[in-house]
Order: sequence, then structure tokens, then C-alpha cells
Amino acid sequence: MTSREQRRGSGIPPVLLIPAGLALAFLLLPLVGLLVRTPWADLGTHLTQPAVLEALRLSLVTGVIATAVCLVLGVPLAWVMARAEFPGLRLLRALITLPLVLPPVVGGVALLLLLGRRGLIGQHLDDWFGISLPFTTTAVVIAQAFVAMPFLVIAVEGALRGADRRYEDAAATLGAGRWLTFRRVTLPLVAPGISAGAVLCFARALGEFGATITFAGNFPGVTRTMPLAVYLTLETDPEAAIVLSLVLLLVSVAVLVSLRGRWVSGASS
Amino acid sequence: MTASGSAPTQPRDRRDAAAGGGVAAQLRISRGEFHVDVDLEVPQGQVVALLGPNGAGKTTVLHALAGLLRLTDGSIGLAGRVLDDPAHRRFVPAEQRHVGMVFQDYLLFPHLSALDNVAFGLRARGAGRGAARATATRWLERVGVLEHADSRPRQLSGGQAQRVALARALATEPGLLLLDEPLAALDAATRLEVRADLARHLREFGGSAVLVTHDPLDAMVIADRIIVLEQGRVVQDGLPAEVARAPRTDYVARLVGLNLLRGAGTGPMVALEAGGVLHVADPVDGPVLVAFPPTSVTLHRRHPEGSARNVWQGTIAGLEQHAHTVRAQVAAPGHPAVLADVTPSAVAELDLAVGAPVWLSFKATDTHVYPA
Repeated sequence: MTSREQRRGSGIPPVLLIPAGLALAFLLLPLVGLLVRTPWADLGTHLTQPAVLEALRLSLVTGVIATAVCLVLGVPLAWVMARAEFPGLRLLRALITLPLVLPPVVGGVALLLLLGRRGLIGQHLDDWFGISLPFTTTAVVIAQAFVAMPFLVIAVEGALRGADRRYEDAAATLGAGRWLTFRRVTLPLVAPGISAGAVLCFARALGEFGATITFAGNFPGVTRTMPLAVYLTLETDPEAAIVLSLVLLLVSVAVLVSLRGRWVSGASS
Repeated sequence: MTASGSAPTQPRDRRDAAAGGGVAAQLRISRGEFHVDVDLEVPQGQVVALLGPNGAGKTTVLHALAGLLRLTDGSIGLAGRVLDDPAHRRFVPAEQRHVGMVFQDYLLFPHLSALDNVAFGLRARGAGRGAARATATRWLERVGVLEHADSRPRQLSGGQAQRVALARALATEPGLLLLDEPLAALDAATRLEVRADLARHLREFGGSAVLVTHDPLDAMVIADRIIVLEQGRVVQDGLPAEVARAPRTDYVARLVGLNLLRGAGTGPMVALEAGGVLHVADPVDGPVLVAFPPTSVTLHRRHPEGSARNVWQGTIAGLEQHAHTVRAQVAAPGHPAVLADVTPSAVAELDLAVGAPVWLSFKATDTHVYPA
């Protein structure tokens, strides 16, 4: 049916090709700009500046801790949402995914109102334990976990829903209690979903800006993560900002590649 | 099939099955419109096949015995221990029952090697890692797949996976072993071999076993006793030979390949429910079932004159090629439809085709008559 093939080939209205090309250029050219302006010769010098190293280290540490927090709290939450049946489950799911679409700065304000020195919980933490969370590294982790947890919960919940529950029946007939079954059967079965969720979660935590600057502030070495450092050094030391941006871009590409691999292997198993 | 008299042969002693280590269960399960009402007693060491069409409730019975499904009413006892009794709010969860199960698609844990799959149940019951692996190794050797100990389930063939699943269930030494269509996923060649091995392992297994299948051959080869379920109820319960010789429902008759007619006997005559009269060899009275094999039915183009007492006129309603014979369905007005097995050459000589008028005959001595 060559005539149909030809008709289909010529079926794309040229008028659509122009905006499509523009969109592609719009998405890729800024990255090209970043690469072109990168001071490749001085890359090593810029990367080893104390301020850059400090931000890099802080971002990695907080990102890893935030991801760990999301895993410890988010996997059980995903399990409850995938397995429990109760009224209001849909509403709960909507509320849990709210941080995904909420402007991060609003999240930061909300965290401040809850955990700040005059906040709902924060005032008691201050009165009873002398703990003040805002403007500490802990606050950075809290802000990152708040915005990143939904990514993990959604990925793991999807994996749990897709997993064959009869494996858990099989484990039960072999004498495994619920906790053992969860650890030895359910978790390994959804491992691809958990790692995909953790990678997404880490990427989101690494890029966190709005909630962090609102709730944790901007103190070098304490709360100034890479995105904050990029924003601030752009005024004073543009080349350092570009180098930091390049690092973040590389991390993003690495995340994308690793996710692709996981999704492919997850689909085949 | 044994040529015994018409007295029904009793399966092995079924009294006090639970006390002697076996299973005694009154299973009442309601799920919406679907009801299961099955009394089941399996003495220790007996292998029972649950045979029945799809949706008969076979798997529901297995899941209730395994503890994957709660009874609505009734009770389950295994070796004198009550496992489920809704009236007394007693329910022992699956992991505490010591009931092993081989699932239809085996459900081997995909992330564990064959060895670790078998060791899983031992570990779950508290065995140390080394001891569990040693026992698992012995079981893999026993079922003949030791060389695949380190393979993941996806690397195993269907027959190998079935053996690993059997070893996994048996390794925990359950008091009751449940098998849900254990051979259904296998191709014909593998099936023959795995079926014989499964029968052997079940004979060596000391506990009770309940096997779900819809293949009569599996049931005949593997089981000591066959229970036929239809629509959640037991319609027949007996030794394999007895079920094969004296089916009680059309479903069982089809499975074992017999013509089955119902009627009321008066002396040497049976007035059939579907119409007509049948001559039988032994005088009978009251409601009876009459079974006879399609191979004993002869087809003719003209009215036969011979010793056969039963001669009906009809037309060919269907022809179906079997391995070396042709199975003809004959619709005889005023009589029930009858299956007749004839050779392809007979089909050619008699010019049999759908719609062709024929006479069929079968001898009274070829029929097996038993109380309904």
C-alpha cells in the first residue's frame, strides 16, 4: 500500500514542524549555552574552590540523608496505600501527591509555620528540648524530604500494585509471617520500583531550592546547597555558578540514564 | 478398570480421618452468588484428586484448606488440630498451619535461586542457614534437579520449575499437601514424565494430599481417590476405577469417555428420562444410571438384524476425528443422543456425514447399570 504510505508520510502539516522544531531548540539550546560558556580550562580550579566543594559536599550529604528518610518512611506509606482499603484513600493519595505540584516556596513557608520557633510543633521543640530546626542542616534535609517523598511513594506504590500478591500467599504457606514475607519476598519483588523511586527522590532533593531557602535559609557550609550556591554566585562569580550548574546537569543526565536502565529491566522481569 | 460387581467399592477407611493425622473438613464458603459446600475427609497417606469443571470451586477448597481464605461456616481439622472454625472464632493463619501448597504456575520466588526457594520455608520455620541449605540440597536431589540448584526460576524449564515447587512444598514436611493443577502448565511430553514422578513422590509423602485437576488422566494416575465437584458440591466420590466405570454426572461421563443415560428400571428394561426404552442384561428396579462405551455402539445404514437388543434409528449430528477413530454423535428422535466410535474406513464405507440417516445398535451386555 505505497499510496497510503506516501499519504501518511506527507500527512504531517508543515505548519506543525516549525513549532515542533522551535520547542526542541527551546529545550536544548539553554543546555548548549551552558556547555559553551563552561570554562573547561579552569574546570579543576573552580571545582576545588572551598565554597564550591562545600556546597557540593552539603548537597550530597543532605540529598543522601533525605533519600534515606524518604525510603524509611515512604516505603511503608506506599505499602499502606497499595494494600489497605479504606474510605478516603483517593483523597489521601491526592494529599500525598500535593507536594509534587505545590510551589516549593509554599512548602518552605508551611514547614516554617509547623517547625519554626513559633510554629505549631516547633515552639514545643524549643520550649521542651531547646531544639530549633530552622536554618540548620537538619532543616535542609526536612525541606528536601518534604518535596521529594511523593516521587518515592508514587513509584513504590505503583510497583506494589503491579506485584503479584500470590507470591505472598506462597510465602505464607511456607511458614513465613507477614514481616518476614515483606522483607524477603515483597521488597525484593518491588526492588526495581524502589530504586527508581529512590533515584527520582534523590534527584528532586538535589535540585531543591525554594523550600530550602525559605525554611533553612542560606548559610555557607550549613544550609547553602548547590542550587542555592548557583543562584548566589551567579552575581559574584559567574564562572563558579556555571561549573556548579554543569555538575548538576551531569547528575541529572546520570539519573536519566540509570532510570532508563531500571525501567527496561523492571519491565522485563 | 476392574470388572467387579455392581456393589460400590468403598475407598480406604475414612472414619476419624482427622484424629489419625488426616484432614476432616466441612467447608462452607459463600462469595456473593457463589457457594461452596463440601465435606472432605482425607486420611493420612491418602492422595485425593478434586476433579471438576472450571468454576466448580476446586481452587476455593484448596485456598480454604491452606488458610488463604476464611470459611464462612463449617470447620477444618488437621491431625486433631482445629485450623478454621468461624462459629468458635478460631482461625489459624496460613503460616502456622503446616499445610504445603504447590501453585498452578509454581510461584517460585524470582529473586531467589532454586536452592534458596526450597530453603525458604525451612528458614521461615527457624532453621539455620546452613542446615536449611543442606536439607534443600537433599530435596533438590530427591526430585532430580540438583544440577539446577543455583539457577533462577526464569532459567528453569516448566518441568524443572514444577519439581522445584514440589521440593519447596515438601521440604517443610507439611501434614497436608495441596496441589493446584500441578501439571496444567506443562507440554504433553514433559507432562507424562512429571506426572509419573509426582505420583511417586506423593506415594512416598506420608501426609494427606489434595490435588486439584481437570484432567481425568492425572487424577487416575496420581490419586487414590477421586472427588468430583460441580458448582461447589460433591457429585461423586470414589476410587478412580469406580469413577471411570460408573460416572454419576454428564460431566464425569464426558471426562471418562462413556455414554451415560438416566432412567427408571423395571426388570430387564429401563425407561429412559430422555425417552425410549433400553434393554439391560441384569434386571433392575428403581432409578438407575446406564453407562456404556462409545466403542460398543455399532452404526448401520439399514436396520440391523442381530443379537443386539438396543436398536435405534437416528441421524448423524456430529463427527469428530480422534486419534485413530471417529467419534460420531447420533441424534435419535425419541431417544437420548449417543456417542459411537467407528473407524475412518467405516465412515467411508457407510458414507457417514452430518445429517446422514443411520441405525445404531448396542448389546444389553455392554451396558453397566447402577443405582442413581
